[in-house]
Amino acid sequence: MNKTLLIFRHEFRHMIKRKAFIILTLIVPALILIGIGIFQLVSPGGPSVEATAIGYVDEAGGFDQSTSQGYIELVHFDALGDATAALINGGVSEYFVIPSDYLSTGVINRYTLKRQLEAPPAISAAIKNFLTSNMLADKVPPETVDRIEAPLSLVTTRLTETGEVATEQGGYGNVIIPAIFGLLLALSLQASSMYLIEGLGDEKESRLIEVLLSSVSPRQLLTGKVLGLGAAGLVQVAVWLISLPLLLNLASSTIGGFFSTIQLPANFLVLGIIYFILGYLLFAALSAGVGAISPSAREGQPLAMIYAMLVFVPLWFASLLFIFPDSPIWVVLTIFPLTAPVGVMLKLGVTGIADWELATSLSVIVLSIIGALFLSVKAFRVYLLMYGKRPSWGDIIRSLRTG
Amino acid sequence: MLAVEVSHIAKSFADKVVVNDLSFSVAQGEIFGLIGPNGAGKTTTIRMMMDIIKPDSGDVTILGEKLNEATKNRLGYLPEERGLYRKLKVLDSIVYLASLKGMNRHSAEEKADELLNRTGMLPHKAKKIEELSRGMGQIIQFIVSVIHDPELVVLDEPFAGLDPVNTELLKGMLADLRNQGKAIILSTHQMNQVEELCDRVLMINNGENVLYGDLGEIKARYRGNSVLLDFVGELGEVPGATGRRTHKSYTELMLDGKTTPQQVLAHLMGRGTVINRFEVATPSLNEIFLKEVGKKS
Repeated sequence: MNKTLLIFRHEFRHMIKRKAFIILTLIVPALILIGIGIFQLVSPGGPSVEATAIGYVDEAGGFDQSTSQGYIELVHFDALGDATAALINGGVSEYFVIPSDYLSTGVINRYTLKRQLEAPPAISAAIKNFLTSNMLADKVPPETVDRIEAPLSLVTTRLTETGEVATEQGGYGNVIIPAIFGLLLALSLQASSMYLIEGLGDEKESRLIEVLLSSVSPRQLLTGKVLGLGAAGLVQVAVWLISLPLLLNLASSTIGGFFSTIQLPANFLVLGIIYFILGYLLFAALSAGVGAISPSAREGQPLAMIYAMLVFVPLWFASLLFIFPDSPIWVVLTIFPLTAPVGVMLKLGVTGIADWELATSLSVIVLSIIGALFLSVKAFRVYLLMYGKRPSWGDIIRSLRTG
Repeated sequence: MLAVEVSHIAKSFADKVVVNDLSFSVAQGEIFGLIGPNGAGKTTTIRMMMDIIKPDSGDVTILGEKLNEATKNRLGYLPEERGLYRKLKVLDSIVYLASLKGMNRHSAEEKADELLNRTGMLPHKAKKIEELSRGMGQIIQFIVSVIHDPELVVLDEPFAGLDPVNTELLKGMLADLRNQGKAIILSTHQMNQVEELCDRVLMINNGENVLYGDLGEIKARYRGNSVLLDFVGELGEVPGATGRRTHKSYTELMLDGKTTPQQVLAHLMGRGTVINRFEVATPSLNEIFLKEVGKKS
């Protein structure tokens, strides 16, 4: 068998048996599952939510209609003492007082046994709608009351340049898969970079590298390693992607609503695979270089963290992209090679990506891979046997120049 | 065909000359000693031979050609400081590294079993490398360097850290390899091992050739004109002896330029002296080395 293939097979098998790899592969679906569970627990609007009774004392007078607000039932008390007694014996979960000067001040006093940062949004909405309904009752038609309570339900339709309804309508449903994929991609790239540096560092520290190089060339060794770890990374992402629809399905059936709007942006799968491979090659080439100039994995990893952190930058700025999708920062993040894999995925989901931008991004990342690989192979050869001593940056630049 | 031909190689690291204009050759079927003190340039020379680092100048030919992928399959290498995949099992480590030398899995497993059995390591074949002692790890590494039946075996300090039993085991296996016509390069600073095993030697110091040639010839060249004697009773006057030096268990007789050791032996036998030991004094490799290095400095 070809020696590169042998190294590839060895690295792949070695990697998928590693505890750290198995844990990372399984922890992502597990975390999503936990996330769905937590969402269900804290979500107030779910179908499983029990009816809640809250009390009120009307000192202003006239607030006696619309006491059913969704699952919240408003119970009238004549006196403050009665309401407090009902709160303590569990008859109501909380109560509020509409003071006699409410109309002029707008102040509502709320009483609860729970310690909270602020009133839950569902409770605030129920009280607000109850107050509005009562104040407008008999003055305007019921439909108008409904509209005042919920004046806007914005339905946006995206048209193509020819005026037809576009097949891809956008919205948060469009960005959820690219955003999750971007996060997974970033995690996988970072983990793979660390594994590569760790593997090279171990082989250097144990001098195994000399035995390997007496059997294979540095090019075969590097190629086999990069491809082996890449395949393991691909398996990891595949496990995540296969579990994702199942988990989203579960989320959709339990949480409902928003998840049914999820759709994949055009070209997402093709570009996702292209950017995974290109991103992997770029990070692997950089990591091989760092592995070459570092005497051990311990010293190489902090160095690798510098560029491994950059892959997450588009995710840090994600909320900015939602608010200012046309910001020039996004052009930079989709073209700069270290942020491009995740940047392009996010932008693809939010606004789509212009052809020129995509072409520039792909060209820059391909050129970066070639450059990084060229320098890494040089550094690999020069510093491979440098044990226990890290060359200075001056040494590195000098030796790369002279080859 | 020569197993190794090294011609005028030189290597410097950051302006420090580590190997300077070194030339030597190694024939098939011989054990060749590459000797010198620590830091003499032995390991750098070997790494240049193995194409792990490139020489600044000079040429290396291995088994008649420049080192390439096919030639790499015909040589075995045991580096100075040994390491294997710590988490991998003994058999898996051997089979993987043998496969990189072009062996298929089946024959690698068969040969590994045979060598593990011979070295008494068979009961440990399912253990992880990290569970082995240092000496055991070294034996495994030695197996890795010879499992693919290489024509040239390069061993850098193979006896370092081995106990006497394993040292003898290794020596026996090296002798067998020589008898099979393999070329073996033994790099070490332990001169006594070289004297016992090697046919020819290259002695280097500060990256330069100090002595090179047949071990017997070198020792003959440095042989002094004296004999070592262990006898019973009084020795008396010995014709041709210009002086004597008494050591704890023997006496050294210095001879004049005209008298041979054979004449001295004949004289003593004729006189009926009881002799327990008679030896032509030959300096050890260590003494030769110290003498040569002293001369150069």
